[in-house]
Amino acid sequence: MVLKIFFPQCCNTADSGLLVGHWIPGHNSAVVLAVIHYPFIPGQVKKYLSELQSQTQVDLTVLGSWSMPKEGKEGMDSFLKDLSTIFPQKCWLQLSREIGKRGFICQVVQNNGKLLQDREQKNGDESSEGDKIILIHYDQRKVMLSQLHPVQDVSQKSDIEPSELRLVFQTVAQSQPLFFLDKYDDGPLKLTHWQSEGREASIIAELLKQASVPVCIFLTWLLSLWHWFCSFRILHLHPVLFISSKLSTCVQSGYRAVHFKTVFSPKKAATHMEFMRKANIFVSFLLDIALGLLLISWLYRENRISKLADTLVPVADRVAKELQELLEWLMGAPAGLKMNRALDQVLGRFFLYHIHLWSSYIHLMSPFIERILWYVGLSACLGLTFALSVLSDIVALLTFHIYCFYVYGARLYCLKIYGLSSLWRLFRGKKWNVLRQRVDSCSYDLDQLFIGTLLFTILLFLLPTTALYYLVFTLLRLVVVLFQGVIHLSVDFINSFHLFAIGLRICRPYRLAEGVKFKVLCQEPGTPLHLMMEINPLKCSSVLQCYRTPTYSCYPKDSWAALCKKLFVGELIYPWKQKTDKTD
Amino acid sequence: MAEEEFTDINGNSISLDCQTHSAFCREFTVTSPKLSLRKVMVYTCFVWLFAYAVFFFTENTAVLSSAIILTLVGMMIHIHFVKVDHETLLIIGSLGVQLSSSYASGRESTIFIEMSKLKDIVINEAVYMHSIIYYLCILIKDPADPETVASVVPLFNVRSSCCCSIAKAK
Repeated sequence: MVLKIFFPQCCNTADSGLLVGHWIPGHNSAVVLAVIHYPFIPGQVKKYLSELQSQTQVDLTVLGSWSMPKEGKEGMDSFLKDLSTIFPQKCWLQLSREIGKRGFICQVVQNNGKLLQDREQKNGDESSEGDKIILIHYDQRKVMLSQLHPVQDVSQKSDIEPSELRLVFQTVAQSQPLFFLDKYDDGPLKLTHWQSEGREASIIAELLKQASVPVCIFLTWLLSLWHWFCSFRILHLHPVLFISSKLSTCVQSGYRAVHFKTVFSPKKAATHMEFMRKANIFVSFLLDIALGLLLISWLYRENRISKLADTLVPVADRVAKELQELLEWLMGAPAGLKMNRALDQVLGRFFLYHIHLWSSYIHLMSPFIERILWYVGLSACLGLTFALSVLSDIVALLTFHIYCFYVYGARLYCLKIYGLSSLWRLFRGKKWNVLRQRVDSCSYDLDQLFIGTLLFTILLFLLPTTALYYLVFTLLRLVVVLFQGVIHLSVDFINSFHLFAIGLRICRPYRLAEGVKFKVLCQEPGTPLHLMMEINPLKCSSVLQCYRTPTYSCYPKDSWAALCKKLFVGELIYPWKQKTDKTD
Repeated sequence: MAEEEFTDINGNSISLDCQTHSAFCREFTVTSPKLSLRKVMVYTCFVWLFAYAVFFFTENTAVLSSAIILTLVGMMIHIHFVKVDHETLLIIGSLGVQLSSSYASGRESTIFIEMSKLKDIVINEAVYMHSIIYYLCILIKDPADPETVASVVPLFNVRSSCCCSIAKAK
């Protein structure tokens, strides 16, 4: 069995002392966390270790002794050997360095006094009694901060046994309180670990941490006010509810409120995934606000917003005029097809009247448009996503008449298709059995047959006219829906883009680890195998996959085949569906 | 280890090196031939002559500059993502197996498979177009059920005769 010792790089040049660490259960390996130097009192060492054990839930023990040769301290070796009696262990490690050699010498003394040494086998056989030792050097700070992926919660009870490396990472990460004592502390013990040169801290980070708690409490209180306001009965009446579920601005603001609840909760994030989620939401919110402010500065700089408002009414007029021309073309002989004159005129005049109503409403509103747009443009300071949602709503309102025409055309066409199919069955002597959901034969009276055939003929010959109107308005509606879909997709993208995770991967790649890399360090005869363990950062594509923020993404509700079938039959289509619950 | 002549499935000659660091730690390195200067010159000349011919007919200098940019970008992509310089298999007893590919631009991509996840190392054969090739692969255990095989990781990008040497040396 091979014994693996994980040794921190910071202790390579430490003075002689005791090795403190943790034996990994079940894997015949040990993680060295720190070195305690002389002079020390064994009782105090034991007391300190038991204190830390209760703090960190890590089983810290004295693993062995470490000796670093220095002039004037040659008598240490025998002293170190005697320490094994003070700290009884099943296995006592004796690591030492020699002047002039780069490798360590390692001796392991087992409980029954048997000495295991790593010596070069003179005869070249691999005998089983010569147990081998591997010394793995690791960077303590990086391993402490790193998180192995796929993420498994420590508290989660899972059936999967954590692997050896995962246990090593967990041990180092959980032993953070061990690294708080540095060389400037006047305690009874002197330790060497990655922070022993002085604790790392930054005044700004500490101030922010202190300030964040009252700020979070205040913001949570504001959010609760907002929720109380939204829970008013009057806002839950059906028309208001219906409109607010259709307006993407309301949807987006509701979504942001949920985000804030996650980010501003005063509870500290317990697990790595929670922390990443909070950080991602916060950074994406800041990015949103920054882009929104950029947009505002661009819009208001040369009074572009007034120019936009001035062009809005002429554009709406132009759209109305184009629609009018289209209808007049349909009322004539469109594409050489011959329409049924009477129906054509009726439908055409009906739609023309709608357009006339619409343009008069627009003209009524035109003096106020500039002011309204100016104030609405200011709402972009709440974020670019907000501005895009407002744009989507404005487009929806301005093209409301197209939506109405589409609904009229679709309903008419749908009615016609159903009538035709039913009368076609009558023509053939069949009937739709509602009870059995199938087509049955049926004997009709003569007058039923007569009227049915007449109606069928009328509907059939009126079909091309209706179909053409339906086709034209469906195409227009699809164009508008496509534009809105693009806006929603970009809003979704800004909402769910996890800039923090990508930034962490680029700037601090060791924090997100996919695994480890080993490198064989130079071999010297008489020393065990030395390996250097480095952190293998997560691939960028895995970062993107792992840390997506769940979002109300727009997705096509129906497949292409279902969509085409609906279009053919004349059912109303709503191709983009907002998911009502969060999904990843 | 004796330097035998190995070839990969495309017929290019490769070399295998085996280094024993310790009784339970071995490193196998398979080196591919370097990028051939003649091929690079041939491709570049071909692309640029073609671009010059198009320029001759269209009189648009954008064609020439785009050809230059295309050649440079293509070469950078090739040496960074495609051209493998050498691949290393490091076997550490009771710790695991590490596969590392080093590309011509110096980029290294490494994966480490722990011993607990490793089921077995086998030589597998596959039908590739008109021939059968042998490749070394690692069987990885399924985390939920230790008896079944979750995935198969092929080692090295297609070798033939050196597979046997590595398997013998293990």
